[in-house]
Amino acid sequence: MERSVSFTLNGQSTTVKTDDERMLLWVLRSDLGLTGTKFGCGEGLCGACTVIVEDEALRSCATPLKQVAGKRVLTIEGIGQHGLHAIQRAFLSHQAFQCGYCTPGMILSAYALLLKTPHPTREQVARHMEDNLCRCGAHPRILDAIQEAAGAAKAGA
Amino acid sequence: MAEQAIATPMTRRDLLGAGAGLFVFFGADLEAQEPVRLPGRQSGPSDFNAYLKIGADGRVTCLGGKVELGQGAMTELAMALAEELAVALDTVDVVLGDTDLCPFDMGTFGSMCTPLLVPAVRRAGAEAKAVLLAMTAERLNVPAGQLRAEAGIISESSHPSNAVTYGQLVEGKRIERRLANVPVKTGAFQVMGSSPRRRDGPDKVTGSARYAGDILLPGLLHAAILRPPAHGASLKSADTSEAEKIPGVRVVREGSLVAVLHERPDVARAAREKVRAEFDNPPAGPDDRTIFDHFLKIAPEPRVVAHSGDLAEGERLAAAVVEQTYLNSYVAHAPMETHSATAQVEDGKVTVWASSQAPFQVKNAVASALGVTAEKVRVISRYVGGGFGGKTEADQGVEAARLARLTGKPVQVVYSREEEFFYDRFRPAAVMKIRAGLANGKIVLWDGQVYGAGEREADPFYEIPHRRIASVGGWQGGNPPGMHPFSVGAWRAPSVNSNTFARESHIDLLAAKAAMDPLAFRLNNLANGRIRRVLETAAREFGWTPAGTPSGRGFGMACGVYSNACNATIAEVAVNRATGAIQVKRVLMALDEGMVVNPDGMRQQAEGSVMMGLGYSLGEEIRFRNGEVLSNNFDSYRIPRFSWLPKIQIVLLDNPDTPALGGGEPPIISMGAALANAVFDAVGARVLQLPMTPERVKAALAQS
Ligand code: FES
Ligand code: FES
Repeated sequence: MERSVSFTLNGQSTTVKTDDERMLLWVLRSDLGLTGTKFGCGEGLCGACTVIVEDEALRSCATPLKQVAGKRVLTIEGIGQHGLHAIQRAFLSHQAFQCGYCTPGMILSAYALLLKTPHPTREQVARHMEDNLCRCGAHPRILDAIQEAAGAAKAGA
Repeated sequence: MAEQAIATPMTRRDLLGAGAGLFVFFGADLEAQEPVRLPGRQSGPSDFNAYLKIGADGRVTCLGGKVELGQGAMTELAMALAEELAVALDTVDVVLGDTDLCPFDMGTFGSMCTPLLVPAVRRAGAEAKAVLLAMTAERLNVPAGQLRAEAGIISESSHPSNAVTYGQLVEGKRIERRLANVPVKTGAFQVMGSSPRRRDGPDKVTGSARYAGDILLPGLLHAAILRPPAHGASLKSADTSEAEKIPGVRVVREGSLVAVLHERPDVARAAREKVRAEFDNPPAGPDDRTIFDHFLKIAPEPRVVAHSGDLAEGERLAAAVVEQTYLNSYVAHAPMETHSATAQVEDGKVTVWASSQAPFQVKNAVASALGVTAEKVRVISRYVGGGFGGKTEADQGVEAARLARLTGKPVQVVYSREEEFFYDRFRPAAVMKIRAGLANGKIVLWDGQVYGAGEREADPFYEIPHRRIASVGGWQGGNPPGMHPFSVGAWRAPSVNSNTFARESHIDLLAAKAAMDPLAFRLNNLANGRIRRVLETAAREFGWTPAGTPSGRGFGMACGVYSNACNATIAEVAVNRATGAIQVKRVLMALDEGMVVNPDGMRQQAEGSVMMGLGYSLGEEIRFRNGEVLSNNFDSYRIPRFSWLPKIQIVLLDNPDTPALGGGEPPIISMGAALANAVFDAVGARVLQLPMTPERVKAALAQS
């Protein structure tokens, strides 16, 4: 049902007036014009739409807007606001993408992992990223990049 | 900024505004090299052949009709131009896939960017540099031979301060001078051969890369189009009254096109669900199990496509004959970005942002659908979220354009994942029959028939005196009526994945029959030096030691050729006999890609091919029944994921004497056979059908 829903989006307080059962993905992309969050499947099966809600990676295509009321939401547009984030830098240095369509979701999934597990093993990274799909096959580089970003975080970068 | 540039597109006038730059014009020599397979072949207008532009500020724009699908075209073209024009790589901007700005191009497929467009851009750069040197010689009154060009500056070798920049040279002038036959560099490359960072990286890691479905225009409506439940089902009636009750919804009909539109894409989709539509039941048709028998039943006699010697003589010579039938299923392209388009009609000018591998073909399709001349249509395919051959046609671009005209508003069409699977032009299912004869470790007979896949690389490159290859049907059309229950098309290295799987599986069967090591057997039957070299290199780097197969080690090899690039792949697998599951531990691939423009870019393509190759070899398969596509999302159609990732080793052979070859497709072709041979080597079970699902592995084990 149509309501005003307020949340913190990339550090800014934001209010949207719309049907609060609508999925966050479409509110971000269409109502708010933040198209960095991608649509890949609409069923929670690919991870292209991953965003961070209160430090957890969530599938925005399967997250009703009302679920983020009063919460902190971070999208790809928000993580590099003050210079590229270490994960973004590592994706660049490892060329960890091809078409780039899965990349925002990959970066945000990795972001959530490193918040919880700052120094994951390669197996932990792979397990965490399992449901983020990449058709171009950038997988080995994505794992390398995430591990490098974790190392950079360790070094205090 | 990037978003502005797209939302209010640059015009060709902005780029080529009088007095703003130097133009180098080309003859239509590219056209002669275009493939003949595709419809809509046409030559580029002769006054629309500029590949580069030098701005007054000295920045250089490289223009190409190819599209950045992820394969790194942007980076590679910038490198080629920087090399020949002698400018710094970071001063080159690349504009791709814009039909108003870029020279005509058939489409981004067939791994043709590197062998065709890169040379064209290099020639453009070389000619432009020669013109600039000639202009400088006149301006500074110094013989051209005493000038050098570097980093966008031309200076006198003996007096480096006597210099002029490219920007200064072209400023305020429009120059159309041409020089014939300017050679490109043949060595001492400064940019080519290096692995710079990708040009598309910053846009892609920040989410600012705009794909066709990211174009937001004022008043934009999102369309959800009524789709049939099955191929062959036609619309009988559609009651849209419930959908129309939703505030803001518009319903548009034109012929069989019924679209529900709303300013929010999710609301449009939800409203489409309220349409009560009736469709005719399609006639009963084959399913994913009966399709192979269906082929054999309806296909006419395969047409002979290659022949040498005398099969009867081969039969007579053969001490042993091995006969087998190989199958592969339909597979989907499944790019992460579904087919998307945004269209706008303004003052009679149609602009379509389309996720397409062939924007110039979309331009023609839109023009004919709208009944306007092609000059009135501009198609922009800047970033495309994966193609793999599946975005050669772009029906969604036509749909968006029709709806934009019908509604008078900009319209966006983004396929749902289900629509993406339904309308995909799958890699064709195929049946490959091979009968081969053996005498003293030599292949003396090869009689092959291909149904469905197409004939490319069905003719073995081994030395075989008596051979005949016949083929019927294929990915590029010409299929007998009713053969495929839906559209098929080019899927990364079309027809070659299927034929390489069959040929190289059969070679291992012959090696086993001859009680020879698979590598030794191949070399014993192979004269082609480039293929021998990739095989030997792969074997050495892998640590292959001679053994008959099955050896129990789980090692499998295969080699192949695609568009003159050579590939040898060796895989190591473990097979769980109880579950039939295959675990791929390691894949080593040796590639001869000629001169490699961007080695890291080539590695990215090869790594991606290993992953995608695991998909078609082990799991990907379209299930269907009576025209209905049952595999319609990533749960019912599983693509490779992180847990599938083996150790990948890519070895690029140094071959500077062969011109650069396309890199997107050759690395994927040997995956099926290398894995099938590895499974056989592990457990002695020959899996004859791709994908090698656990059920098929168990069935093969039961038979072995
Ligand atoms: S679009 Fe949300 S998981 Fe695929
Ligand atoms: S980079 Fe294309 S889907 Fe991952």
